[in-house]
Amino acid sequence: MDISQVLFYALSAMALGSAIMVVISRNPVHSVLWLIITFFAISGHYILMNAQFLGIVNLIVYAGAIMVLFLFVIMLMNLNAETEPQKNKWLKLAGVVAGGCLLLVLVAALKQAEVKGQVAMLGTGDIGLIKNLGTALFTDYVVPFEISSVLFLSAMVGAVVIGKK
Amino acid sequence: MLIERYIYLAIALFCIGIVGVLARRNAIIIFMCIELMLNAVNLLLVAFSKMHYAAGVAKNATAGIDGQLFVFFIMVVAAAEVSVGLAIIVMMYRNTHSVDVNFLNRLKH
Repeated sequence: MDISQVLFYALSAMALGSAIMVVISRNPVHSVLWLIITFFAISGHYILMNAQFLGIVNLIVYAGAIMVLFLFVIMLMNLNAETEPQKNKWLKLAGVVAGGCLLLVLVAALKQAEVKGQVAMLGTGDIGLIKNLGTALFTDYVVPFEISSVLFLSAMVGAVVIGKK
Repeated sequence: MLIERYIYLAIALFCIGIVGVLARRNAIIIFMCIELMLNAVNLLLVAFSKMHYAAGVAKNATAGIDGQLFVFFIMVVAAAEVSVGLAIIVMMYRNTHSVDVNFLNRLKH
């Protein structure tokens, strides 16, 4: 077992464990912190696959900006484990069973898939570098890129309008 | 690394997100679980992009780059979605003084 496989399994265990902790934590602030750990693990996966740009953007945008926004909102509302809404435990069980059934169906469907034996290259390849991504973004994908700027503007206006009422 | 392992990992993360959405009632936790599902899909897109790169690098030096650009656009959309969604949750908290999604049944009556 070489070093990249060890890293793969370690990062996977970290991502899955902290994702489970996001769901089962009573305190919303702890959920946010566990989710940040999940995002760090996923960024580690990106860097393991040599998608360096996405790894760093994932850290900056998700762990840096979005989760801080969540944390601000939770602290603004003063949420904690005591104010956490309680749900009927049968409904919780039903949710877990439904999610488990989905997992079962997806795994069973994967058994029949044709992707068996294909490999995702780890640590090599330069498509994830910022030079190649930037070239593709500003030649083939320049129209979606400009449209996304309009999306951002409308999201900004929408957030301000909703927040002002 | 075999692509199946990435698919299994992404499926597991996605299903944890689904369970979170179904089993929790706090609107902010539900929103965070949606982010978790988005990230599972992003991880799978990057893995597939590297898979296509491994298969097609002989013919095309940038094979599979589209997958990583899709992830970039998903992040853009997710950032916009979070700003509007959190504004909506704050407004809901101002009206009902709670983030329990069970109070959001006014359309039923």
